[in-house]
Amino acid sequence: MTKHTSPALERAYAKAYAHERLTRDEGVSLIESGDTHQLCALAHRRRMHLHPGPVVTYIVERNINYTNACVTYCRFCAFYRKPGHGEVYVLSHEELGRKIEELLEVGGIQILLQGGHHPDLPLSWYEEMLRFVKRNYPIHVHGFSAPEIEHIAKVEAIPVRAVLERLREAGLDTMPGAGGEMLVDRVRKIIAPLKTTTRAWLDIHRTAHGIGMRTTATMMFGHAETPAERVEHFDSIRTLQDETGGFTAFILWTFQPEHTALYRMEKLESHEYLRTAAVARLYLDNVANLQASWVTQGPRVAEISLRCGINDMGSTMLEENVVSAAGTTYAMNAAEIEHSIRAVGFTPRRRNVYYEEVAA
Amino acid sequence: MIPAVFRDSDIADLIEKSLAGERLTAEDGVRLFETRDLAALGWAANRVRESRNGNLAYYLKNRHINYSNICKYDCMFCSFYRKRGQEGAWEWSVEQVLEHVAPFTGSGLKEFHIVGGVHPDLEFDYYLEMLRALKRAHPGVAIKAFTAIEVAYFSEKTGLDLPDVLSRLKEAGLDMLPGGGAEVFSDRVRYKVCRKKADADRWFEVHAAAHALSIPTNATMLYGHIETVEERVDHILRLRELQDRTHGLMSYIPLAYHPSNNRLAKLGAPTGVDALSNVAVGRLLLDNVDHVKAYWIMLGIKTAQLALAWGADDIDGTVTWERIYHMAGAKTPEGMDEERLRRVIAEAGREPVERDAFYNRVTAAEEVVA
Repeated sequence: MTKHTSPALERAYAKAYAHERLTRDEGVSLIESGDTHQLCALAHRRRMHLHPGPVVTYIVERNINYTNACVTYCRFCAFYRKPGHGEVYVLSHEELGRKIEELLEVGGIQILLQGGHHPDLPLSWYEEMLRFVKRNYPIHVHGFSAPEIEHIAKVEAIPVRAVLERLREAGLDTMPGAGGEMLVDRVRKIIAPLKTTTRAWLDIHRTAHGIGMRTTATMMFGHAETPAERVEHFDSIRTLQDETGGFTAFILWTFQPEHTALYRMEKLESHEYLRTAAVARLYLDNVANLQASWVTQGPRVAEISLRCGINDMGSTMLEENVVSAAGTTYAMNAAEIEHSIRAVGFTPRRRNVYYEEVAA
Repeated sequence: MIPAVFRDSDIADLIEKSLAGERLTAEDGVRLFETRDLAALGWAANRVRESRNGNLAYYLKNRHINYSNICKYDCMFCSFYRKRGQEGAWEWSVEQVLEHVAPFTGSGLKEFHIVGGVHPDLEFDYYLEMLRALKRAHPGVAIKAFTAIEVAYFSEKTGLDLPDVLSRLKEAGLDMLPGGGAEVFSDRVRYKVCRKKADADRWFEVHAAAHALSIPTNATMLYGHIETVEERVDHILRLRELQDRTHGLMSYIPLAYHPSNNRLAKLGAPTGVDALSNVAVGRLLLDNVDHVKAYWIMLGIKTAQLALAWGADDIDGTVTWERIYHMAGAKTPEGMDEERLRRVIAEAGREPVERDAFYNRVTAAEEVVA
């Protein structure tokens, strides 16, 4: 239903239209009662203001999960196995190398290298993995995440900064925003009680940015949070970005409850996804890029999102193990991504993690 | 009043025109299909949708019966048809049809949706017997059966004229005709993709004859293959002319062409943007049709949910068994439970309303009887 308007909402529309910064209250009023079409139009307008060319970018990248062993037991996760479980794996250098070679064959330039929180692996194991990669392959490593860094720091009993510096020395180029989930401790206590706190997640990204390492920011929504808490999450990202400028992109997706401890939760479909993406575009005025989540929303909704504030189709993934462990997901290869981009009126361009154009 | 963000839209004048209740022209329709402003288009269509159907979004408990996939035609966009004797061909007897739906007795079912290939051999009596048997076994379930193409073939095969064929079907238990077989009305398109099938004029003759007998019908358009924007608009406006004359169309259903296992597969799937824009333009142009349906089986539940904000007020039903789109590569489930359908609708901010085949609200009391 066309939502009832209010002076606060009208003010939020007007500020969004004028490309002005939104307050928390304005963000909340947009996400709670903004008209879906106006949100889409305003978000698309902002996106075209930030990226005037009729271009949508994507990256040829492969997800590689070095282990599924994890001692953090997040309730939203269907990927992890407890140490000692029969399905636990740790990738050998040979397997890792084979995966990278497959990626290079299809023109890939980057790996997304992540894993569970393995209780026994020392920092030197990760360093060796990175050195193996960098010694053998001309590939960008977008790796780990704030919770993995925090975990390794605990295992080694050394500061986060030292972990980041040693990993960078060994070959880590940039760090993804995974583990952001919902940066609201009330929600984290429900869905991931043992995982990195909001403050620690932000501190680790601040530290990474401080040593010159760019990162991305993410949000997984559609579980225990309220719409207002999504805006609280946006606000934390925006505040840190004001301070460091280190985030290259923001990526949001909907929680997939199947096969997780939260399987009884209702899965969000697309309407709320589109609205939330639009408000993210408007609120995160200092983060240049927003990625579509075709892996959870499918190619059709991803195409629609390109007219509602999203300017990037993310990565080809090649294999996706984490979200897909938790339910129905979609797959797209580079040709399909390019087809979708063209079919909705944009020009596809391959990029690297810094959003610089690369040759196809 | 038009919100500020839509005032610079390339279709702002058409939004004004629609808000003023003026009828849109063919030229307007082409501009609506061609706009890049998906949000403005949705806003305008949503205004019409809400003025006509408020915040309601309809669904129903229905079952599909695809009694045979044997077809004398070979339309290029079709993945469903088989030739007699070909592997994968099937043909159900009336008993098998009854067996297929027997498990749903007492489940509150409101509609059978029955379509098949244009079978070269089955006698007209087979169809009449199927209708009678279903009505006897399930008197509370409306029967929406046979596309105009099937009905036209009954007439050709029996030598009976259309009113006669339709009267006999009605007498045997037919309540409604589905909207299929319309594809795209343009002769150019039909010659290329389905030249053997009944032409557009015949489709209209069947629907007009049904309306004259007070048999309501639906209308579809299969978009996203070789048709032009002008041909889409022409298709929709021809339906509008029919409706001005007969008032027998209950709903309009734009159908996305599915590109697997057929001879047009190289085209690729129509986009999500295309899906929403077809729903919205249909809603804006068909100012005399009450309902626009987002058929979730073929759009996918996520796009169908968005369509509820882009002009659609109906999401179809629980279905359970569907072959035509699934043989064309649809990855949707073949059925969905009522609770999930209601949730999908509610999540889009709409009020879910269970309807019967004729868009009457199903009350709790009727539920018990059925």
